[in-house]
Amino acid sequence: MAFVTANWNPLGESFYRKIELYEMGWNLKDGLRDCLVAAAPYGGPIALLKAHNRRSPSARPQLEIFSSSGLPLASFPWKSGMVKQLGWTVSDDLLCVQEDGTVLVYDLLGGFKRHFSMGNEVSQSQVLETKIFHSPYGTGVAILTGALRFTLATNIDDIKLRRLPEVPGLQGAPSCWAVLTQDRQSKVLVASGPHLFILDNTACTPVTPPGLSPQASSIVHMCVSFSYKYLALLTDSGHVWMGTSNLKEKLSEVDTKIKGSPKQMAWCRRPKSQQPSAVVMWDGLLLVVGECKETIQYHLEDDSILVPELDGVRIISGTHHELLQEVPGACEEIFKIASMAPGALLLEAHKEYEKESQKADEYLREIKEQSLLSEAVRQCVEAAGHEHEPETQKTLLRAASFGKCFLSNFPPEQFVSMCKDLRVLNAVRDYTVGIPLSHTQFKQMTLQVLIDRLVYRKLYLLAIEVCRYLKTPEYQGVSRVLKHWACYKVQQKEESDEVIAKAVSVKLADAAGISYSEIATKAYESGRTELAIKLLEFEPRSGEQVPLLLKMKKSPLALSKAIESGDTDLVYTVVMYLKNELNRGDFFMMLRNQPVALSLYKQFCKHQEQETLKDLFNQDDDHEELGNFYVKASYKEQRLEARIAHLQSAVDEYYKAKNEFSAKTTEDEMRLLRFQRKLEEEKDEQLVGFSLQDTMTTLLSVGLHKHAEQLYKDFRMPDKRFWWLKLKALAEKEDWEELEKFSKSKKSPIGYLPFVEVCIKHHNKCEARKYVAKVSPEQKVKAHLAVGDVEGAAEAAIERRNESEISTVLSRCSATTDHLLVERLNRAKATVPKKGSSITFTDGTLQSRRLLQEQRSERKRGYKLKRSCRP
Amino acid sequence: MSTIQTEAAVYSAVQSVVGSLHMAHTEWKDAPGLPDFSLLKRLARDQLIFLLEQLPGKKDLFIDADLMSPLDRIANVTILKQHEVDKLYKVELKPIVSSSDQLCFLIRPRIQTVKWISDLVNADKVAGRFRRYKIIFTPQKFYACETVLEEQGVYGDVTTDEWNFYILPLDDDILSLELPEFFRDNFLEGDQRWVTTAGSALRLLQSVYGSFSKVYGIGRCAKMVYESWRELMEDGEQRTRQPEFAKVFLVDRDVDFVTPLCSQVVYEGLVDDLFRIKCGSVEFGPDVTSSDKSIKVMLNSQDKVFSEIRNEHFSNVFGFLSQKAKNLQTAYDKRRGMDIQQMKAFVADELKGLKQEHRLLSLHIGASESMMKKKTKQDFQELLKTEHSLLEGFEIRECITYIEEHINRQVSMIDSLRLLCLLSITENGLLSKDYRSLKAQYLQSYGIEHLLTFANLRQLGLLEEQQAGETLTVMESKVGKLVNDKTVGKLTDAFSSLAKKSNFRALSKRLALVPKSGEEYDLRVPRDMAYVFSGAYIPLSCKLIEQVLERDGWTGMEEVTRMLNGQEFAVTGGSSSSEARSKTDAQRIVLVMFLGGCTFSEISALRFLGKERGCRFIVVTTAITNSSRLLEALLDNSA
Repeated sequence: MAFVTANWNPLGESFYRKIELYEMGWNLKDGLRDCLVAAAPYGGPIALLKAHNRRSPSARPQLEIFSSSGLPLASFPWKSGMVKQLGWTVSDDLLCVQEDGTVLVYDLLGGFKRHFSMGNEVSQSQVLETKIFHSPYGTGVAILTGALRFTLATNIDDIKLRRLPEVPGLQGAPSCWAVLTQDRQSKVLVASGPHLFILDNTACTPVTPPGLSPQASSIVHMCVSFSYKYLALLTDSGHVWMGTSNLKEKLSEVDTKIKGSPKQMAWCRRPKSQQPSAVVMWDGLLLVVGECKETIQYHLEDDSILVPELDGVRIISGTHHELLQEVPGACEEIFKIASMAPGALLLEAHKEYEKESQKADEYLREIKEQSLLSEAVRQCVEAAGHEHEPETQKTLLRAASFGKCFLSNFPPEQFVSMCKDLRVLNAVRDYTVGIPLSHTQFKQMTLQVLIDRLVYRKLYLLAIEVCRYLKTPEYQGVSRVLKHWACYKVQQKEESDEVIAKAVSVKLADAAGISYSEIATKAYESGRTELAIKLLEFEPRSGEQVPLLLKMKKSPLALSKAIESGDTDLVYTVVMYLKNELNRGDFFMMLRNQPVALSLYKQFCKHQEQETLKDLFNQDDDHEELGNFYVKASYKEQRLEARIAHLQSAVDEYYKAKNEFSAKTTEDEMRLLRFQRKLEEEKDEQLVGFSLQDTMTTLLSVGLHKHAEQLYKDFRMPDKRFWWLKLKALAEKEDWEELEKFSKSKKSPIGYLPFVEVCIKHHNKCEARKYVAKVSPEQKVKAHLAVGDVEGAAEAAIERRNESEISTVLSRCSATTDHLLVERLNRAKATVPKKGSSITFTDGTLQSRRLLQEQRSERKRGYKLKRSCRP
Repeated sequence: MSTIQTEAAVYSAVQSVVGSLHMAHTEWKDAPGLPDFSLLKRLARDQLIFLLEQLPGKKDLFIDADLMSPLDRIANVTILKQHEVDKLYKVELKPIVSSSDQLCFLIRPRIQTVKWISDLVNADKVAGRFRRYKIIFTPQKFYACETVLEEQGVYGDVTTDEWNFYILPLDDDILSLELPEFFRDNFLEGDQRWVTTAGSALRLLQSVYGSFSKVYGIGRCAKMVYESWRELMEDGEQRTRQPEFAKVFLVDRDVDFVTPLCSQVVYEGLVDDLFRIKCGSVEFGPDVTSSDKSIKVMLNSQDKVFSEIRNEHFSNVFGFLSQKAKNLQTAYDKRRGMDIQQMKAFVADELKGLKQEHRLLSLHIGASESMMKKKTKQDFQELLKTEHSLLEGFEIRECITYIEEHINRQVSMIDSLRLLCLLSITENGLLSKDYRSLKAQYLQSYGIEHLLTFANLRQLGLLEEQQAGETLTVMESKVGKLVNDKTVGKLTDAFSSLAKKSNFRALSKRLALVPKSGEEYDLRVPRDMAYVFSGAYIPLSCKLIEQVLERDGWTGMEEVTRMLNGQEFAVTGGSSSSEARSKTDAQRIVLVMFLGGCTFSEISALRFLGKERGCRFIVVTTAITNSSRLLEALLDNSA
């Protein structure tokens, strides 16, 4: 298999190879001459702006976008200002940095997305040079202005402009500079003649690379590796210095023996590579330098550009697209001439096997004797991943599969996943797709991102096939692609709403986790409101529908959807939105048709906008609620007049609501208030705001009996209430004479038991006895008991032949002293006809009361105990 | 029975082997063990700490007054201080004095509070003072609150976060959302914002303790909560776990207003009525502690004395306490005749426990004495008698006279209102004449502002005038004109629940809620759940639960549900495949969620029911309620 190594070149210990990826499909007249070119890493698209620095306004340069294989993706005339630099973001968007510091963002297919500015300072002093860089924080832009200052934005999706400190003694443009990412910060490394400076947020620090050859008087070019770990410097003496980017360690220094300024320089290394190496490009010459003195030289026929990659450098010229990289270890082991590595032997064995030669067995035996068969299989699988030619891949995989047959317990995962990965990679490397990803890059980039890239290129079918083939979970795979497809579909102007809606719903029907609202948003953004509404119907979660409906000004629909969802918060959202959006009348009308929303809004108004609440009730002619509203408002008033005015409004509303009761009551309240005020002025008693009862109590307690009588009559107070009040008031003052007079004034509407009880309450047994006789028969027993006359109670109870009353009396008798009485009662009880009694609580409490007494003594003992227990 | 036991034993053995968090419960021989709910506390604490750490450095913390006690159960001051909380303040809606540069607010999502914070921020701005503000809403934030921040122009100045503290375990079998405003917001104001909160609480329980095999419910809100819960389940990932609860029962408070309006006579309920249990603890005043200071006591199953009397009818409590005192005496008495060694062991091992028990015992005896003083008065006897008459439906005239007297004598604002409501519900509304005169008298006693209270009570159907079905039809036709899409169904439901008739008498007959009078009821040996109301009434809510669990659904109860305005449902959960039917402990644990609050009497009744049926009930409630809290929520005298 000599041909595999045909394009290999040795450099020190290792080999370098240059593989042709594509013959470019584009047809460029002058190649890449005079073009501004930007190619995205990871086999991304290429942007080309021809004749960009011709300043005549009539000539509009053409901006063209191609795939890596040179197939046109987009093309449009450049109408904006002078472009200084093109570049790609991590998500395949094209950045065009203009002279005035404005950055225009286009998508992969030439659609304008947005623009942003790099700040006033930049636009004033103009852009001198620009670098676009990628970091873990996204894509960044660094600008060197005409004032020789650097301005930097680390992430263009979240722009925070940083102006870096001045470089001391900088007269003209620096000879070269680069952006570094260190310590989670983007810094700029500037070379000014022989001096090197690192600029970070706060300071400008001079640095010296260790061991830089003394012949050099200035640094003419520099480049940073893909991972930002390494730095290469080219001096005017033609030396390439390679070291770590923190400038702490030197890796090597090589003399190129060429003193001209190069066009481009890039790192050419891959993870786990054997030596540091950089590629330097001059006109017509490409040089690979490593650790040793020798270099590899390639002749270039055409103007080219270098695209640094994770594991090599891509070289794009007007006609060809090539990959230059260090030959990966596994490939070297297998294909190196006369290699005796297990992988090489296995490949040989398989070849013999195909020829049906017994040599196959010999080779196999040789590997097996060293027990390296599994290692051999592993090598073949790994090498297959690094090969671009499907034929070579196949040969290697077949060999691996052959070797596997002789192994038990060899885990198949690596082999299977490599086959799958290669199938996917070959599909995307296809000329028509044009994404020349290496396996290493693919693993770094992840499948998710690859799917995204395919989606950006509108290769939906391929994306779905890849997802299905790799069995990606539907949620992350197929559904996501379908969503993007649908978003694209809804923007197709030529098809009718129905057709699109149908197509979308049919395709997306059984896909899990589709957000229809997102698709609908897209439809709305492209001006298809009707379609958006149709699509929203498919959205199962109302919460997702509402915001878009609002955006589309379909507020009634939004409101009913929100209510349907049962999510109050959502309803609030809509209501608040409508409140600001509509005029008051329309807003109220809309609420009126949605009682749920209305009640929510009323809640809100109660706390925030009392006046609005009133308007709402007014609109509904809800006089009842208006009445209540005024009553409530009246308490908040301190001044009597205002209070009465509110109450008057309440009265009017209550009448309108035909609620005579409330109206009358409120009128009474107004009268009461006036009365209280008058009395307050006359008698200096705090009265305003009291209830009728409290007013009365106060009047009686201070002896204003006349006024009390007046109130009693004016407010048609029930007799009972008046009697209770007066009774209480007189007893309180212990005015027993007046009380007796009062009791005789007419027949008491509340009976005479309260008289007895009130006297007892004020510890006047003597007075109490006066009223016992007057008490009605039903309450006699209670009355007797209240004054402590057990015998009288017994008498009354027996007379009334009431079992429960007899029991009550019995419970009050003590067995020792009232022996006779108890007997009498028991006898009477026996003769009484049985009648149910259900007041069991009494019995229970009586028992507990006895226990309580026990308990008390118990407790006393307990305390004593406690004391005696103390150590 | 024996098979169940052995299986249960095997199951719990397996559980302990796999290191589950089950607690061993030896309270009842046959009772299934309960899941360990302290896990919920730990989750809440961890999240809170995480949120506090989001604002690094020293900060002052402002806490909503009603969050103080719940917070104390989750993270005490020491923990807060460990996470750089400097000073703690109660939110008082007044200007603040704080010198800290970082202010953190831990609040319920209420518009008023957010407004107050906005004012603070704006005042600082005017004064040119720079501070960092962070609002932590619990259990979730509402859009309306953010709107206020936006309207007040401080949206960019504060950061907001959510502390998803949905459930506070008050006891082994009581979980509370600690949202007393749920009742008013949902049932009176028609604001359904807490529905999703209740749904999320269930979702939390499900994700921590496994799914449920069957869900029953009754009430409009219950239905909505279930819907919201179901949606959350569909959104999130499904975890198939051995469920720790078999069944869930959701019930709206407005299905049964009678029960919370009755005076409580079970010990725990009585303590709540008299001393107000707050977040599982109660403050006993000097009259109880027989000293000059108040003592705060946690009331839960950890309190050995309390756990034995909490479910007892009050009349039995003293008997129990005295027995307990005697036992204690005996235990102390052992000490006599001990030699030095034995004495040493006694002091080391037993004395502490005994002293602790002694302390608790004397507290509860004190509480009982204080209750006796208040409750054995003639008034209380009369009050109970009236309540029982109302429940039974006889001597209504006497009852009305009693209520009139009650109002006229200004005995108690809330109690009068309670009796009025009880009268209205049990009688399906008051006669016009009575309605007017009672209302007028009430207003004379307590002031005109109660016009609004009455409006609220009428809206909830708690206190109404009898009118033959008129309200409902008027409302329905009004609604019919306004709306013509599918929401019309929902709305009719809404209005019918607003203007519903209680049908209490018919319900009581059908479900046999009121035992026949005349039979003696021995409260020491309760025979049914009626014991929680002295044998006079079985709580409607609990009876419904009993019936539904017995029938495994609502079949055969059509008449009852019709009288309760329908809205019942029974759903078999996704995970109840045949293998989940195995008779594990979990199958005998029932979760009951009360939307709008539940009373201790109901909890006691359910504990009794559980004991009878060999299962355990776990009560999840939006808050613990009683008659006073229920009615206070409906007052409108915000003067």
